[in-house]
Amino acid sequence: MKSFTQLKGLTVPLMRANVDTDAIIPKQFLKSIKRSGFGVNLFDEWRYKDAGFPGQDPNSREPNPDFVLNEPRYKGAQVLIAGENFGCGSSREHAVWALDDYGFRSVIAPGFADIFNNNSFKSGLLPIVLDKAIVEKLAEECASTEGYQLDIDLEAQTVTTPNGDVYPFEVDEFRKHCLLNGFDDIELTLQQRFRIEEYEAKRRESAPWLFG
Amino acid sequence: MAGKTLYDKVWDAHVVNQQEDGTVLLYIDRHLVHEVTSPQAFEGLKLAGRKPWRLSSMLAVADHNVPTTDRANGISDPVSRLQVETLDANCEAFGVVEFKMNDLRQGIVHVIGPEQGATLPGMTVVCGDSHTSTHGAFGALAFGIGTSEVEHVMATQTLLQKKSRNMLISVDGEVGPGVTAKDIVLAIIGKIGTAGGNGCTLEFGGEAIRALSMEGRMSVCNMAIEAGARAGMIAVDDTTIDYLKGRPFAPSGETWDMAVAAWRELKSDDDAEFDEVVRLDASLIEPQVSWGTSPEMVTSVNGVVPDPAADEYAAKREGFTRALEYMDLQASTPVTDIQLDRVFIGSCTNSRIEDLRAAAAVIKDRKVADTIKQAMVVPGSGLVKKQAEAEGLDKLFVNAGFEWREPGCSMCLAMNADRLEPGERCASTSNRNFEGRQGQGGRTHLVSPAMAAAAAIAGHFVDVRHF
Ligand code: SF4
Repeated sequence: MKSFTQLKGLTVPLMRANVDTDAIIPKQFLKSIKRSGFGVNLFDEWRYKDAGFPGQDPNSREPNPDFVLNEPRYKGAQVLIAGENFGCGSSREHAVWALDDYGFRSVIAPGFADIFNNNSFKSGLLPIVLDKAIVEKLAEECASTEGYQLDIDLEAQTVTTPNGDVYPFEVDEFRKHCLLNGFDDIELTLQQRFRIEEYEAKRRESAPWLFG
Repeated sequence: MAGKTLYDKVWDAHVVNQQEDGTVLLYIDRHLVHEVTSPQAFEGLKLAGRKPWRLSSMLAVADHNVPTTDRANGISDPVSRLQVETLDANCEAFGVVEFKMNDLRQGIVHVIGPEQGATLPGMTVVCGDSHTSTHGAFGALAFGIGTSEVEHVMATQTLLQKKSRNMLISVDGEVGPGVTAKDIVLAIIGKIGTAGGNGCTLEFGGEAIRALSMEGRMSVCNMAIEAGARAGMIAVDDTTIDYLKGRPFAPSGETWDMAVAAWRELKSDDDAEFDEVVRLDASLIEPQVSWGTSPEMVTSVNGVVPDPAADEYAAKREGFTRALEYMDLQASTPVTDIQLDRVFIGSCTNSRIEDLRAAAAVIKDRKVADTIKQAMVVPGSGLVKKQAEAEGLDKLFVNAGFEWREPGCSMCLAMNADRLEPGERCASTSNRNFEGRQGQGGRTHLVSPAMAAAAAIAGHFVDVRHF
C-alpha cells in the first residue's frame, strides 16, 4: 500500500452534502477490470457536459466550465474539502481509486460513509474528519484565496492553513500506523495465520454447518 | 452486566484476535462474489502468488452486467462481456463455485445467497457490494466491503474491523393493509436520514418486523445501507428457520438440528442495552414515494413534494432545492400528480417471489397506461422466474403490457442495456434514487412493488390501498 506521511497540497472545495459513489464515479466506468485509469472520469456527470462512456478520448469531451474542478486555479489539486456524509452509496472502491488516480491524497469532510472511509485507508487516501464549522471555514478560505494549500501531517494529526491555523484531527491508531508505513494488510494478517487456523479448528467442531 | 445484543453475539463468536486498540481480526464464514468488484482482487491474489484460504466459503455469480433479454447470443457490450468472462475465468482458475449466466440458479447475488441457503443465521457474510446488508435478515452479520477487503477475505478468511455501535429500530404495532416492508424501510430512512445509522449496526425489531416474511425482512435489511449503516439485522425465529429448511446449501439431518438449536439463541437478550433506540408507530406508516435524489427524501403517497422555503427545512434547503431541480418537480405538488415514463419492478430490494406476487395482485386484468413508455419486471433469479411462471404471473404481467425479463440487476443501476433516457421519470422498486443512478439524467422514485404496479396502470402515482 502507498504510504502517507505529510503533504502540502493545493486544495479545492466541493461542499455538497451526501456526495455518493455514483457521482464520484458513474457505474459505466466500473466495468473496467483494472485498478487504474479512473481519474479522467472522476465526477464525470458534473465535470463534463456530454455523456461519458468507457474508452472515450478525454480530449474529445466537453468540460462543464461551472464545475469547480474545471476552474484552472484548481488544476493539480491534491486535497478535497467536502460536505457531510461524503462517499455514501455503494461499496465500490473505484470511487477511491478515481480520486487517487486524479491526484487527490486526502479528503476533509464533516463525515464519511463507513465503507468509503474504510476503502480510503486501503488505497492510501487519507480521510480527515473535522467539525462542520471548521470544514466550512476552510472551504470559504479556500474559495477566496487563490493557490490555497493545506498542510497535512499524519504523524502529528494536524491540518495547517496557509495563515498558520492548526486543526488537530482524530485517526484510528492502527490505521495511522499502517498508512504511515505503507503496510500491506494481507501480509500483516498472514503473520497471524496460526490464530486463524486455531479459530477455524474450534469452530469446525462447534458449528460444523458453517463449513459445508 | 447487561445482556448482549444480537450483533454482540454474532460479533463475539467471530473474533479471532483483538488488538489493544480494539481492532479485531474477524473471521468470515461466507464470501459472495460478483463480477464488478472482484477482478482486481483476483488479480492481487495472482500477483502475490496466493490462493483463496477456504474455497468452500465462496460463491460467485455475475449479475450487474448481464443482459435481461435473450441470452442465447451472450453479452453484446464488449466491456460488460469482458468483465463477466473475467469472473468466469477467475472462478475456473481458482476453483470457486460459480453460477454462470445461463445457469437456472443465476440471479442477483443478494437474492441467490438466501435462496440457496448459502446465507445462514449467525454467519458473517461479506460481498464487494453495499447491499450485502440484505443477508442480515437471517440474523447474520452481513456487510459490504471494498475490493481491497475482498482480496483480504480471499487470502485470509478474515477482515480487520472495529466494532460498530448498536442501534435498535423498533417498528411497534401493526401496519395497515397495503403497507409493505418497503414502505416500512423508506419510512425509517425518512425519519433517521441517510447518515442516521453511520457507525452503527442496526437491529430491526418490533411487532411489525416480526410479522414480516423473510422476503419482507430482506427488503428492510437491504436498505440498512441507505440509512448509513453497514449492516442491519433481524433476530431468528420460526419464520427464518422454516424458510431455510431443505435449501441446497443449508445443513440437513443431525447437523440441521444442531444448527437450529444454536440459531434459536440469535436474538438480543431482554436486558441488552443499545447505544441508540428509534421507535416508529407502524400504524402511522402509509405507502411511501421518494421525491428527491436521496432515499431520505421520501414522503407518503398522499403527501406533497416539500417546499424548501419552509422553515422546517432550513438546514436542508440547498440539497432540497438541488434535488427538486434535478427531479424537475415543483414544491407542493401532490405526489399523486407525478406522471411517469417508465416502471421498473426488480433489484435486490424487491425482486423476490413475494414481490412479484404483490405486484401481480394489483394488476389483476388491467393494462399499463398508454402514457407509460416501458414497464418491466426483472425477477431476482432464474428460480424466482421459474416459480413465477409456474404460478402464471408472467402471463399476467405480459397481458397487462409489462416486459418479462431474465434475472439480473438491470435498471437498478443501468450497467447493462436497461436504462432511463435523460429526463425520463421512473417508478422503481430499487433502493437508490441518486442522480443518474438509472441512467444519466434519469429521475427515480422509489416505491414498493404494489405501488409500482399501480403506478404503471394509472400512469401516475396512486394510493394502492384504494386502487
Ligand atoms: S440490484 Fe441494484 S442494488 Fe442490488 S446488487 Fe444489483 S445493482 Fe446493487
